[in-house]
Amino acid sequence: MSAIDNLRARFGLSPSPKGKQDYSPSLTRYRMERIWLTPLYKFLVRTGLPLAVVLAVAWSHFSKEENRIQLMQSISSARAMIEDRPEFSVRLVEITGSSATVSEQVREAVSMEFPISSLRLNLKELRERIESVDAVERADVYLRNGVLEIQIGERKPALIWRGQSHLELVDASGERAGVLSSRKGYHDLPLITGTGAQDHVNEALVIWAASKPIVNRVRGLRRMGERRWDLVLDRQQIIQLPVRDPVAALERVIELHEARDVLGRDVLVVDMRDGRRPILRLSAPAMEQLYRLRAIADWEGKT
Amino acid sequence: MPHLYETQRAMRLRRRAALQRGVVAILDVGTAKIACMILQFDPSVQMDAQEDMSAMANQGAFRIIGVATTRSRGVKFGEVTTMEETERAIRTAVQAAQKMANTRVDHVIACISGAEPRSYGLTGRVMLENGSVMDYDVGRVLSACEVPDYGHGREAVHAMPVNFALDHRSGLSDPRGQIGNFLSVDMHLLTVNASAVENLLKCIKRCDLELAGFASSAYVSGVSALVEDEQELGAACIDFGGGATAVSIFLKKHMIFADSVRMGGDQVTNDISQGLQIATSMAERIKTFHGGLVATGIDDRDMIEIGGDTGDFDRDRRRISRSELIGVMRPRVEEILEEVRACLDGAGFDYLPGQRIVLTGGGSQIPGLEGLASRILGQQVRLGKPMRIQGLPQAATGPAFASSVGLALHAAHPQDECWDFHLPSAQSGAQPLKRAMRWFKDNW
Repeated sequence: MSAIDNLRARFGLSPSPKGKQDYSPSLTRYRMERIWLTPLYKFLVRTGLPLAVVLAVAWSHFSKEENRIQLMQSISSARAMIEDRPEFSVRLVEITGSSATVSEQVREAVSMEFPISSLRLNLKELRERIESVDAVERADVYLRNGVLEIQIGERKPALIWRGQSHLELVDASGERAGVLSSRKGYHDLPLITGTGAQDHVNEALVIWAASKPIVNRVRGLRRMGERRWDLVLDRQQIIQLPVRDPVAALERVIELHEARDVLGRDVLVVDMRDGRRPILRLSAPAMEQLYRLRAIADWEGKT
Repeated sequence: MPHLYETQRAMRLRRRAALQRGVVAILDVGTAKIACMILQFDPSVQMDAQEDMSAMANQGAFRIIGVATTRSRGVKFGEVTTMEETERAIRTAVQAAQKMANTRVDHVIACISGAEPRSYGLTGRVMLENGSVMDYDVGRVLSACEVPDYGHGREAVHAMPVNFALDHRSGLSDPRGQIGNFLSVDMHLLTVNASAVENLLKCIKRCDLELAGFASSAYVSGVSALVEDEQELGAACIDFGGGATAVSIFLKKHMIFADSVRMGGDQVTNDISQGLQIATSMAERIKTFHGGLVATGIDDRDMIEIGGDTGDFDRDRRRISRSELIGVMRPRVEEILEEVRACLDGAGFDYLPGQRIVLTGGGSQIPGLEGLASRILGQQVRLGKPMRIQGLPQAATGPAFASSVGLALHAAHPQDECWDFHLPSAQSGAQPLKRAMRWFKDNW
């Protein structure tokens, strides 16, 4: 405070306007400061307000249809620009590890137009599509140097299943491995038939293996009543196998055949369903012959 | 007294609310400076305090997170004279402290140094109803105290039970649960000028602050400047403030007497200013830099420039020797000490077991005061600084902050006052209704 201000103060005058301002905060400033020090206000002003402004601007901008469309367009064009670069293009598909017919099926399943951007390829989905082809057990799909490589593991047909109108190839796990119109080329595969036959391929294969000694006579296996197998031989002979332990029963029949040549005789059915003994059904002439022989034996016995 | 009881109780509730929030400000409105400290309480320690603990124990873990002092304005003799100015000064201090603490405070605990404190010793005596002292009996005996007619326009700031006696056994600090027939209490009641307090409260209210407690600076500076032994054995604390010198006597950890002398450092400055014909600010400056109370030979040769800011800088090159300055200061300080002596004599300080006298406050920094005081007041005089509390900056550890620090301690550990106990019945109207309700509950 200068001397002149002292004088002014003594005479009750306000200090000169150029004099020092009162250092104490005004009531408004003091209140503002206190509001500012309140955590909620501080948060609202520092974080809430900018956030609200940004959101409001964004909302008002995108509430207009053309702005939204423009944004979508610019996004998709940017995306397309990146995707269409030559570094990402796929020009060829290369299928390995499969026969010509399967390759053709796979090519059909892939059915793409090349070139295509690798970014648009969904390899997982593609692989699932390829694996849905019957003859394909496993497919590896990968991209290398712009070439889509598909490595195929084919299903190995183990059996032929005959349905009412067509033939199907079936692999060892019971999966369908292809459809045939004739057995040409697959004569060495066992034929199975009957409803539910595909679901018990393992059993069929084991029975087939057990029937090795009479293999040149076996025509096929028939699933009966969805529970047991019949082994069908030529000359319309049938070996009826039990539900439980069919292989042992078959081996027993084969033993019998080797010892007594059962299957070489005029027998229609060898019924092994009763576990205790085999039951044979003879053809009608054979039956007649049997009766005649028995009558002769009876007569000879009486005399 | 019921009115007072209610207001003080409301203040206690507000204080509890402030502690729950964790932040409370203390405001020491003195004549020379206004200090504001912001205390932060540790909530984990507060958890120990139970709802029914009237002693408010275990609320001690606090630290100071903001301190600000400002030149006091509009305060004379420790009383508000110009409210507008004082309000501005309080705003300055509170705002600066808030800024330092980076938090907002709503509750403030204030102390006042002037306002003519007067202390009364009260006694009350009741017969116990069921042979042992219950909580209820403590309230009853407190309300049985004969309150002297302390006059219109005065208000009680402290009413502390100092001593309990049960039959012929005296000196009990907590009689609850003990067995006896008659319970009597000695209470110390401190009243101050109501208008002075109300003016200060109005200033605080105009700063948007809520008062959560109120104390006399004589009491709180004793709390901070006296060590525990001194409080126990009996000691007087003399707080040399700017406009008032507060005197308090402690015994058995309770204040038993408080008074204030309406003279202080400002009067010394005034004397210098008038005696040497210089501006007040210059007088204050040479008082703090060169002041003293005991003249020696070297002081005659120690020349002090007192050329004031009078405008004719070229001519005003006055010089005085330090012994002249001492000659101006000493009579006034002696006068203050004589007044203090009179206060102590009036209180019967001579009969206390301890005769320790502790000088604190900004004025106690005058060199040589200790010697002068021991000549006037008694042999056992020492200079006291407030005790250390956590977070207190170095600048606020001097004796001038004795009452601020004491107020902080008081805010953390208030002593039991009369309004911490539930006074019984008769005064309040809700009680008969409650009794009727209880009767219904018991009989139906």
